[in-house]
Amino acid sequence: MSFYVVQFLTGLASAASLFLVASGLSIIFGVTRIVNFAHGAFYMLGAYMAFTLTERLSGTVGFWGGIVLAALAVAAVGAAVEMILLRRIYKSPELFQLLATFGLTLMVEDLVVILWGPDDLLGRRAPGFRGAIDVFGQNLPSYDLFLIVIGPVVLGALWLLFHRTRWGVLVRAATQDRDMVAALGVNQKWLFTSVFAAGVFLAALGGALQIPRDAVNHTMDLRIIVDVFVVVVIGGLGSITGAFAAAVLVSELNAFGILVFPKISIILVFLVMAAVLIVRPWGLFGKAETAPRRTPGSAVRPWRPLTFAERVAVALVFAAAASLPLFGGNYAISVATEIVIFALFAASLHFLMSAGGLASFGHAAYFGLGSYGVALLAKLAGAPMLVCLLAGPLLGLAGAVVFGFFAVRLSGVYFAMLTLAFAQIAWSVAFQWVEVTGGDNGLLGIWPARLVATPARFYWLSLAISAALVVALRVMVFSPFGYALRATRDSALRGEAIGIDGKRVQWIAFVIAGTIAAVAGALFAYLKGSVFPDSLGISLSVDGLVMVLLGGVETVSGAIVGAIVYKALNIWLVSQTELSKLVLGGLIIVLVVAFPRGIVGMAELVVDRLRRRAQLSASPPSAALAQDIESAK
Amino acid sequence: MKLAVAELNSFYGQAHILFDVGLEVGAGEVVALLGRNGAGKSTTFRSIVGLVAQRSGRIVFEGEDVSARPTHAIVRAGLGYVPEERRIFTELTVDENLEVGRQPPRRNAPHWTPDKLFTLFPNLGEMRRRNGGHMSGGEQQMLTIARTLMGNPSLILLDEPSEGLSPKIVEQMANAILTMKREGVSILVSEQNLHFARLISDRAYIIERGRVRFSGSIAELDARPDIRDSFLAV
Repeated sequence: MSFYVVQFLTGLASAASLFLVASGLSIIFGVTRIVNFAHGAFYMLGAYMAFTLTERLSGTVGFWGGIVLAALAVAAVGAAVEMILLRRIYKSPELFQLLATFGLTLMVEDLVVILWGPDDLLGRRAPGFRGAIDVFGQNLPSYDLFLIVIGPVVLGALWLLFHRTRWGVLVRAATQDRDMVAALGVNQKWLFTSVFAAGVFLAALGGALQIPRDAVNHTMDLRIIVDVFVVVVIGGLGSITGAFAAAVLVSELNAFGILVFPKISIILVFLVMAAVLIVRPWGLFGKAETAPRRTPGSAVRPWRPLTFAERVAVALVFAAAASLPLFGGNYAISVATEIVIFALFAASLHFLMSAGGLASFGHAAYFGLGSYGVALLAKLAGAPMLVCLLAGPLLGLAGAVVFGFFAVRLSGVYFAMLTLAFAQIAWSVAFQWVEVTGGDNGLLGIWPARLVATPARFYWLSLAISAALVVALRVMVFSPFGYALRATRDSALRGEAIGIDGKRVQWIAFVIAGTIAAVAGALFAYLKGSVFPDSLGISLSVDGLVMVLLGGVETVSGAIVGAIVYKALNIWLVSQTELSKLVLGGLIIVLVVAFPRGIVGMAELVVDRLRRRAQLSASPPSAALAQDIESAK
Repeated sequence: MKLAVAELNSFYGQAHILFDVGLEVGAGEVVALLGRNGAGKSTTFRSIVGLVAQRSGRIVFEGEDVSARPTHAIVRAGLGYVPEERRIFTELTVDENLEVGRQPPRRNAPHWTPDKLFTLFPNLGEMRRRNGGHMSGGEQQMLTIARTLMGNPSLILLDEPSEGLSPKIVEQMANAILTMKREGVSILVSEQNLHFARLISDRAYIIERGRVRFSGSIAELDARPDIRDSFLAV
């Protein structure tokens, strides 16, 4: 009994930091509508800063002063980030903002290693809270007790801040209708900056308060951000009370889950999240979004199938790609194979995002399931390659059928979060079910059949399969099914009114995209000869998103160009520099700010403008003005 | 001249909505902007306060061209805006809604406090702690106007204040507008309801398909039934 009480109290203590970080994320999202992926990075920076400051400043005052100073310093960094970076992209689709803050996360991960080194750092114990207290004969660190108190105290302080100060009232008003707040004479710029800084302060404080409890290291950002996403989604984005309740719920699930289901402790939290989202799609304390901002489709330029000349050009490019083994070495061929496989993966995600309007943050799940499908068939059943390649992706298909059924019930940010959660479930199964998947050690020794065992032949196989499937995806975009899917994306209600079962259409699209990703995963397993849980992980999912956005989400097939550029850049960077994350993160940010339409989208725009300029001389003045204004947007 | 708008052109995407709209409001005047649904009344207002991004033309407020300024700066210069759809903050109480609108007092404009506003709109005074979402349409309309007055504007744009209100509330609204005028606020009010406009305004413009078709006093408008019939009659 006493053991469970202590376990419960430990859970409550862990909830404190989680609540601080989650409430910060929630506040920022409420006003700026930005899901700040970098929130975990700010949490980590808070911990590192606090570590340094509490080492330098002595005594009780020095320790607590150091904690607060660290949070303030990181909040200042946050304000600078908001002013320099985010102000430029508030009008961009929300995916771009997520991506920019993800780029920031990558940069911070490398920066902390440069500044503080790669090793775990152990912080000072908190003065006055060094001992443990006796709870029914069990020891509980007194610092945990302090944290248990801190949570509700911060909750109360935030309530006062939001209900008793002008700033708080403005923030709540802006959360509901920011344009109206501006129309009442409030300068949104500074409101946004202050809100962002306040949210970052909470994240950094959460990190700083962890140092007497946990070692500080450079991977703590991704660990917390997934938990925090789960918390805000369960609690409801924008609700602070919800963040508190959900932080407690999640921490207790973690604390007890490990006792009850040691094998699936990670899964438990995600199962609860999925259950909550299905029953209350906007979280326990959240409110339904009135009009979710759509990501793609804002372009005026309608899609059209390729013209004959363009088809010839594509065929020539394909022929050029196919001739690579004639002059490239083995390394070049294997790099090219990898790029081709990722182009297929990106194309499948792009289909879901552009035609379906569904931005999945867990698309790697289906890629990875395809890899594991192949690996399990090959290793456990000893099936030949042809069977594996045909049947392996069925595991991805099954995953997409099950996960997609739930996911398409949501939209926008919530869809993104739920797909992320499902991908994490798949990842944790692969990671924890060691008997079958080999856990972290993966499954090794998956070799292609002799017929395609040379790098060149395997490249041709991958290229042929990828090209065929990309063509199939394009055909689908311009098929009746594609029209129904795009109609649902543009207006679900009007689609329903003309007899389209929107959810069903989206579900089918989800399954198609998942299955094609699984084919890419299956090829990848044979390329590498092994499968690891990483192939289901967040970073691969984000890689896919970067490829799509880099290519241009509003295009039909831009993802392929995005995949080629990104993958080539990535492979080259890793070979050139130790600080690949820093460079890559910086590059993502520059691309998001400078080329929000992506490479292909940008090219189309240039062609469009040239065409329009030719027309312009002949058109009447008012139309010319309209076009000027349109292109100045 | 309090407000002088000239050659205002506005666009939503590719669509050209306003064509060389020009209008003026003198100090202490109540001017009506009349027109049917979709004639461009709301777009004119939204363009004046900078909520329509794609616009060109001159917007001179108290002698200064404000057309290049962001919305909040235009409003802070003393040009209050009351949107058509009310858009009160439903999660906030009446008092909090007023707080969002509060700006420092201005020399050339009346200074409004919550207490003074509650004498103008007595209903609001009885529900200061009530959430905006739990109010009737008429009460919400009053709150929107009161909220804008908290910014102590010297000129206020009122977008269809009588729309969807019961006759009794419309009468209260007319009285409130006349009180605002007596206090010294200049008012540009858009209306479809000619009778309501006649109660409150000194002059009128008629807008149709994004162009100003008539400008003159109410008496002049009454003398031209042909204009009234072709641009206002349903």
